[in-house]
Amino acid sequence: MEAKLINTTGLTEIRWHGRGGQGAVTSAELVAQAAINEGKYAQAFPAFGAERRGAPVVAFVRINSNEPIRVRAEIAEPDVVVVLDPGLLRIVNVTLGLKANGMLVVNTKKQAEQIRKEFSINCSLATVDATKIARELLGVPIVNTSMVGALLRATGVVRLESLFEPLRQRFGRLAERNISAMKKAHEETLVKE
Amino acid sequence: MTTQRIGIEVSRAIAIAAKLANVDVVSAYPITPQTHIVEDIAELVADGELDAAYIPVESEHSAMSACLGASAVGARTFTATAGQGLELMHEVLYIASSMRLPVVMTVANRALSAPLSIWCDHSDVMAVRDTGWIQIFAANGQETFDNVLCAFRIAEDQRVLLPVMIHLDGFYLTHMVEPIYVPEQSKVDKFLPPYEYPLPLDPNKPITMGAFAPPNIYTETKKAQQANLTAAKEVILQCWREFGNFFGRYYSPVEGYRCEKAKVLLLVMGSLSETAMSAIDTLRDEGKEVGLIKLRLWRPFPFDEIRRAVRDAEVLIILDRALSFGGPAGPVCSEIRSALYNEDKKPKVISFVGGLGGRDISPDGFKEIINRGIEISQTGSEQEFEMFGVRE
Repeated sequence: MEAKLINTTGLTEIRWHGRGGQGAVTSAELVAQAAINEGKYAQAFPAFGAERRGAPVVAFVRINSNEPIRVRAEIAEPDVVVVLDPGLLRIVNVTLGLKANGMLVVNTKKQAEQIRKEFSINCSLATVDATKIARELLGVPIVNTSMVGALLRATGVVRLESLFEPLRQRFGRLAERNISAMKKAHEETLVKE
Repeated sequence: MTTQRIGIEVSRAIAIAAKLANVDVVSAYPITPQTHIVEDIAELVADGELDAAYIPVESEHSAMSACLGASAVGARTFTATAGQGLELMHEVLYIASSMRLPVVMTVANRALSAPLSIWCDHSDVMAVRDTGWIQIFAANGQETFDNVLCAFRIAEDQRVLLPVMIHLDGFYLTHMVEPIYVPEQSKVDKFLPPYEYPLPLDPNKPITMGAFAPPNIYTETKKAQQANLTAAKEVILQCWREFGNFFGRYYSPVEGYRCEKAKVLLLVMGSLSETAMSAIDTLRDEGKEVGLIKLRLWRPFPFDEIRRAVRDAEVLIILDRALSFGGPAGPVCSEIRSALYNEDKKPKVISFVGGLGGRDISPDGFKEIINRGIEISQTGSEQEFEMFGVRE
């Protein structure tokens, strides 16, 4: 059963927070490609700038099921925010501009309630221990594909199967392991209103 | 294989366009935000997917020089650059056009230093305005892709034989994953015939190109060059018509959006023109008679089309993404104002400069520009032009 707390019929704007090297930009691109393969309009792009491994990174996705997307500006008021690195919650205001009925998707081993209290989160919240899943299935703590699974569980913005082809193209021989990680995160993500 | 609709970064789509065009020689120097274009082409060549010579060089000056040589022997030649890289090519750009070498180049539009900025504006383009290249601005990924294919056909047409720049906004287009229709090879082959340079460099039939010109001949060569570039417009129009017949997407030098009975027109080039469309929609909903003009063909300048497009408006607001320091307006505005000066019926022309060094302009920003433009048209302004979005 996929959560439908987010209305994904018109324009859906997603902002990704990660650290350079974690694959936030790749996540954004994969989701946009899946949406385009579903016949929708979509765009994905990084926050434009110089990228450094380990530094906070932001990437964006717009998906519109009805019409072409004209705006190319960075997303200021996202419907969904995905956080790849739990440490960023302490140093970046990840919910900045997040719509009141928006959704925050976080990679964390903590319980949702603990996250809510610690960081005063009031919106819908989805949590998953993506680092554990990535370590177990990929052997490295690169959580981008796991967090795509979490996003899909939390929002249903594209179908899980639509990601298979973009993942295969992107990861080649590592694709199947990444698909497993995505599926596992999709199963394990807990969504709370 | 048939036409595919794929989600792809625009830079990578350009590399595919170069591959579909079956380029022979690529010489380039990587510079942000152009890098992904040439990286991908280098990879296609290295993987054996594109049968071309990739010439790595130590600077953009050398990149363009290598392109000249390749083009002169009759090779289909492609390169890409941005910002400072375009400026470093500067003197060689004139040589490509003056020697009538049909090199195709994508320019990932970028601000100029100092202070160092890797982000988008049109300062780089405006500095090479007079280099004699055909110059086309793209508003989105598909336009970029399509016009790279068109560029080869236009450049290599025996009536033209001039180099072509396709301008795409750095990051806003280069780094954007979006849906792009990629046609099958056989269809591109039909649209784009093999390149045949009429008088290639050949050791068996030696010729001199770009020779010494004393005062008794230089003026005549420049007159010929000017006539050549001006006449290229007909070929460009023909190419766009035929491209449309082949692929179903039609392009024109000047494109209007919701211009019917518009008293006020906004003119924009490049990727921001799509953002501006949203502002026009909102203002139209509010009952304001406003429209948008997108200027696609920058050189040769489409005088007739521009005059026709703006003739019936009362106010024409022009947004430049470059400054002409100490000058009368933004460079695009200066040219349009000059093109309209002798017309009997013409709008008031208001100049704004904005979107410099990657500064975004939102749909609301465009509403502000339009409203302020209308205000200036009524009350006047103390400045020759206004800079939009300056934090003071």
